[in-house]
Amino acid sequence: MAASAATTSRPPLTRRLLGRHPIGYLFVAPYVVFLFAIFAYPLGFAVYMSFYDYFFAAPGAIVERPFVGLDNYTTALADPVFHRAMLNVVIFIAINVPLTVLVGLILATALNTAIPFRTFFRASYFVPYVTASVAVIGVWLWLFNSDGLVNNLLGPLAPDPSWLVNSFWAMPIIALFATWKQLGFYVLLYLAALQNIPEELYEAAEVDGAGTVKRFTVVTLPGVRPTTTLVVITATITGANFFTEPYLLTGRGGPAGASVSPVLMMYTEGIEQGHAGFAAAIGVLLAIGVIVVSLVNRYLLERS
Amino acid sequence: MATATQPQHPEVVEERARPIAAPSRRSRRRLWPLLGLTVGALVFLFPFYYMVIGALQTEPNSSISGAFPNPANLTLDNLRDIDRAIDLPRTLLNSGIFTGGVLLSTLVLGLLAGYALARLEFRGRGAVFSAMLLILIVPFQLLMIPLYVMIVRNYGLADSYLGMILPFAVSAIAVFIFRQFFLQLPRELFESARLDGASELKILTRIAIPLAKPAILTAVIVTFIGPWNEFLWPFLVTKQLALQPLAVALANFISTVAARQANPFGAILAGAVVLAVPAVVLFLVFQRHFRASNLGSAIKG
Repeated sequence: MAASAATTSRPPLTRRLLGRHPIGYLFVAPYVVFLFAIFAYPLGFAVYMSFYDYFFAAPGAIVERPFVGLDNYTTALADPVFHRAMLNVVIFIAINVPLTVLVGLILATALNTAIPFRTFFRASYFVPYVTASVAVIGVWLWLFNSDGLVNNLLGPLAPDPSWLVNSFWAMPIIALFATWKQLGFYVLLYLAALQNIPEELYEAAEVDGAGTVKRFTVVTLPGVRPTTTLVVITATITGANFFTEPYLLTGRGGPAGASVSPVLMMYTEGIEQGHAGFAAAIGVLLAIGVIVVSLVNRYLLERS
Repeated sequence: MATATQPQHPEVVEERARPIAAPSRRSRRRLWPLLGLTVGALVFLFPFYYMVIGALQTEPNSSISGAFPNPANLTLDNLRDIDRAIDLPRTLLNSGIFTGGVLLSTLVLGLLAGYALARLEFRGRGAVFSAMLLILIVPFQLLMIPLYVMIVRNYGLADSYLGMILPFAVSAIAVFIFRQFFLQLPRELFESARLDGASELKILTRIAIPLAKPAILTAVIVTFIGPWNEFLWPFLVTKQLALQPLAVALANFISTVAARQANPFGAILAGAVVLAVPAVVLFLVFQRHFRASNLGSAIKG
């Protein structure tokens, strides 16, 4: 008790400098080291590399890696493969985001009514989210194969060449796959938002004579707006980072580069070809793009 | 957790309590959502059903009749084929070591950090928390190249479990879950233990952690699906099959063997089932732990 008596008059110097529990530093130290070593330092390293002709050498070997200024960036911005990769991000987001918001909100609204088997439905939407992409891509490959079930169902309507080897359909199928895989998570987000809308708002709207549709547009939509902002931003970030789908589903960004993604390009250029500086520059450009798009989205969604 | 497992919407409770005035109108109102949800469930679950069917077929049958089980066309040979190709026990063990390593370091470092961020007062705590939030919005793919250069090239950790585990060593979701849980505990609990002269480490291990069992379970389950399903990073780190997790070995099988064999789908789907089952079963058993609030920062590419 002597310690607490002393604090009332004048706390000791260490306590004023470090706080009540200096041992806290010891407790968070491993995590802070982890954050620094795995996030902060590599982030700086990525930016650094992007200004150099950075290539791989044997560990410990002293090699000259010349400073090249903005060369990696200008090369990337002039590269048709990079243009295609960025266009694919746009196609991916243009399909994935509206579909996610629309279907996610519809399913969450339906789940939020008094219906039987709620737990079953909720679980069934979430199963793809917890399953490895590699595993479900195996099934999608089989489904959308040229003599797969989808084409057998469609018969003469099946596209030729088939979905995954068709330069028009490859990207929409990838976007559809990613939407299907992630949707359960967004349904959960929307469901949580819907459950936070006070029931009185619906009752008040009903008293004012609002029908089902009117109640949805006047009460539900404004009520889930912050969630929509979150959904749009996270779906955009996911959209900028897809890799497994073009690598496996369409066989390394095929056909003929039609489904190449920026991260797939970083892999082939940076790790397979060894142009790490160039790949880092693509990563930085991608990150800048994502930040800008997220800020614009946020501004647009929160303004209205 | 202190909150209800499946939060019920107020409307649900109220509707049940209210006497039913017009049954026909009510049932019509319930029919449309039910229909939509059923169609949705079919779209989400059919590929899983089809995965199992395909994994059991002697001859992969992608015609419409092939979507129904046919006793004459059932076999477990596909499992044997995929085992021959990618050594299932070995790759499953690798997945287990990778996932187990991530879980272990997440629990040790995450509990320490979560406790300190929630219950210890020290200068800079707010800065640590802000840095954590700020740094976590950095997409992993931006870090992919520098991490590859550091871990694989400079530190020589290619084809090693340590190299696989390092970038995932502490799951941020777990730190959040622990911090939130410790913040909910009554302040007096910690103050009285401190007055009794217990050290902070003792308070953490003897009082906080035993109370945090539900939070630990949630953190373990939510963290599990990350490394178990992860493809990109272990794919970059492991070139030898002997060290590859199942997801990587199966992906390599798909991208190399698939082109050569006439119809490799039986083996691919058998491997897919083996990869999917642990995560799906874990999810179905511990469903209530998967809530939006627990998954906030779990989104990855």
